[in-house]
Amino acid sequence: MADSIGPELKINRANGDNCVLPADEMRKDHMNHLLHQRDDTMYDGIRTEKFSLKECINCHANKDEANKYIPVNAPGEFCQSCHAYTSVKLDCFECHATKPRDTAFHPIVSDKMKAVADVHELPKTKSMLDTLADKVGAK
Amino acid sequence: MKPVVHYSAIEGRSLAFWGLLGTFGLFLLLGLGAVWVMEHNGHYVTGMNNHIVWGLPHVFAVFMIIAASGILNVASIASVFGKKMYKPLSRLSALMAIAFLAGGLMVLMLDLGRPDRLVIAATYLNPKSVFAWNILLYPGFFGAVAVYIWFMMEKRMNQYSHQIGLFAFVWRLLLTTGTGSIFGFVVARNGYDAAVLAPMFIIMSFGFGLAIYLLSLMATCRWTGRELGDNVVRQLKNLLGVFIAAMFYFVFVFHLTSLYGTENHGFENFILMDGGLFSQLFWIGWVAIGLVLPLAIVYHPGMSKSRAWIGIACAMVIAGGLASMYVIIIGGQAFPMSIFPGFDVSSSFGDGQVASYAPSIWELGLGIGGIALALAMTTFAIKVLPFIPNSLSDELMDPHYKAADPEEISGDSEATA
Amino acid sequence: MSEQKIDQYRRDFFTKAGATAATGAIAPGVMLMQVGQAQARPLDQAISNKNRWGLLVDSNKCADGCSDCVKACESENAWGSGSSDEQKSDASQKAQWIRTVTLKNKLTGSEHQLPMMCQHCEEPPCVDVCPTGASFKRADGIVLVDKHICIGCRYCMMACPYKARSFIHEELTDQSPDVPRGKGTVESCTLCVHKIDRGDGSTACADACTHQAILFGDLNDPSSAISVEMKKHATTQIRADLNLNTGVRYRGI
Repeated sequence: MADSIGPELKINRANGDNCVLPADEMRKDHMNHLLHQRDDTMYDGIRTEKFSLKECINCHANKDEANKYIPVNAPGEFCQSCHAYTSVKLDCFECHATKPRDTAFHPIVSDKMKAVADVHELPKTKSMLDTLADKVGAK
Repeated sequence: MKPVVHYSAIEGRSLAFWGLLGTFGLFLLLGLGAVWVMEHNGHYVTGMNNHIVWGLPHVFAVFMIIAASGILNVASIASVFGKKMYKPLSRLSALMAIAFLAGGLMVLMLDLGRPDRLVIAATYLNPKSVFAWNILLYPGFFGAVAVYIWFMMEKRMNQYSHQIGLFAFVWRLLLTTGTGSIFGFVVARNGYDAAVLAPMFIIMSFGFGLAIYLLSLMATCRWTGRELGDNVVRQLKNLLGVFIAAMFYFVFVFHLTSLYGTENHGFENFILMDGGLFSQLFWIGWVAIGLVLPLAIVYHPGMSKSRAWIGIACAMVIAGGLASMYVIIIGGQAFPMSIFPGFDVSSSFGDGQVASYAPSIWELGLGIGGIALALAMTTFAIKVLPFIPNSLSDELMDPHYKAADPEEISGDSEATA
Repeated sequence: MSEQKIDQYRRDFFTKAGATAATGAIAPGVMLMQVGQAQARPLDQAISNKNRWGLLVDSNKCADGCSDCVKACESENAWGSGSSDEQKSDASQKAQWIRTVTLKNKLTGSEHQLPMMCQHCEEPPCVDVCPTGASFKRADGIVLVDKHICIGCRYCMMACPYKARSFIHEELTDQSPDVPRGKGTVESCTLCVHKIDRGDGSTACADACTHQAILFGDLNDPSSAISVEMKKHATTQIRADLNLNTGVRYRGI
């Protein structure tokens, strides 16, 4: 029933069909979760992915024809379409990035190194190289 | 029978009145427009930067906040120290104290990087922060003075005027000490780390406040055709002289004691000699115009009898006050911090260099807007409520007062207060 | 039959040789990945005061004219040359998280330089003065600005003895997803908290310094490289007289 209210959302389904919570729960409670998570992150260094704003954007950001990410607070984009409809000003993106990190080839790291790490069952500590590998998109 | 002082709202129907209120309103609107420009675009439109983080708005704001607490002095002299002559002056004093505090706070709050987050400032309070204490002290002042005005205006509450007056007096001492401590607690900077800043701000509040009050009183009585006795003016003028002398003492002591320590020589040299604009503002603005000249006028046998000259003296104290705030607040930031004593330092972030600051029109607009708010509030309030006595003639104020014998030329008369 | 055995022998030989070669190639990589590793903290576990993160900067090793640490910080945290933002702010309004300071001895005239950033004090003046508590110190010693509640009053900038903080004077759009920054709030060096929290074990400046002048580590761990170095050599704090017990220590000032 909740799905029939509100604007048509441009949802990027490339990363799957489900959000971390059902849509009507998210619609109602996303700020509660984000507010809770932000204090956990700021004060306790807890950076779990479920309610991380960065992860929301990683999943929900759309790309334009030139395959470049569109900011999520641009008109018609994911966050903005609902917020314009409800007339609630978005404050998050005064500070938070509106796009996922652009993937780029990094000379030190490549998919191969990630593959080697997997094959040899190296310990899953997160080193800088691991992180760079993630950024490259070799998930 | 003892003469009774009556109060009434001023008529406020003349074109001049509406013109005055309209002018204040216009400057207030311009100030709010300036705020919009700064908030919408970000502070890059101002002259403030990462080295001079507090600029002209803060000069105006701190001046007004300090002055507000000093304006209340006049009422305190009546209610707390029992000087009956000041009693009829109390209502206007309390009103203007509220108005100037409101003006100062408006400027301060609208200059914030995120003024939309003011509610956070009221709900998350860091107990160690002087700013946070001020968030409690300022509304407390508003409340205390509002109750004070009520007690003064409501006959059956008059008997409690003394208590609330005392409460307001103590509160405003805390408030002004708190404002001085904003700077006094900043150990990092040569120009600030001084305990004497707190009492110095209190004395400056006395001087600035009385100057503003006296000027406003003379203007109000003149423009509403209400009598203001010469003795009243003379007493207030003499009090102003005492306050100016006290301010002079504190400035003198501050710099003298600062000069004693070799580590402060750099900063003192900057303010007193090498600082270009800052040295000029110090000597010409703060000392000459703000202290020496008004003091001379106040005690000059001829000039001190002329209301025009007294008004000029008040205006000079006010101008000197603004200059003093500029020297303290901006001069204190412009002088480089001695992070590496014993070395000459340089960097891409202005280390070792005197920071430059050129105020923008937006900052000036905001500052003036704050003053406009204070004056607009006062002008409006005296029209709707009985703040101004119908007459402040000498006979009414002090039945025992006798006019000075015209043959006596000496400035100090023996008349009782 | 002997041919099969030879084939088998060949297979074994090449497998072993290949494995040895591969291990030989991989082993240094594995070592690299494990060197300087703190125990990986699970993502949902809170940080604690068990660690106290800090830096040791050796000014003697800091090469004159070099600003690799500054460039690395700019790139990692997306400010200055690492971002397309802050085009409207003038030079004195642009943010600066870390800078190289050149010190000239007044007597001898000799110069040396060192990098300076937020000193992550144990008793930070910026935390004392912040009216909303936005400037705060984490349990593990990192001093941060909680930009959700920062009102932009700049009192912390007044109070900081190291001029470590910057105010954002215009709207930003090119932030790094790991490092939120915004108009009207104050910011400073975060000791690369986003890297520390995910276990990278170092800051961008320390990683980038080609002269090994910056060393990151756990001041609470007596066996960490930084603690060992600090026991071996004399180190100081900048403005030690202020008694702030900084997390960033220096040699060679």
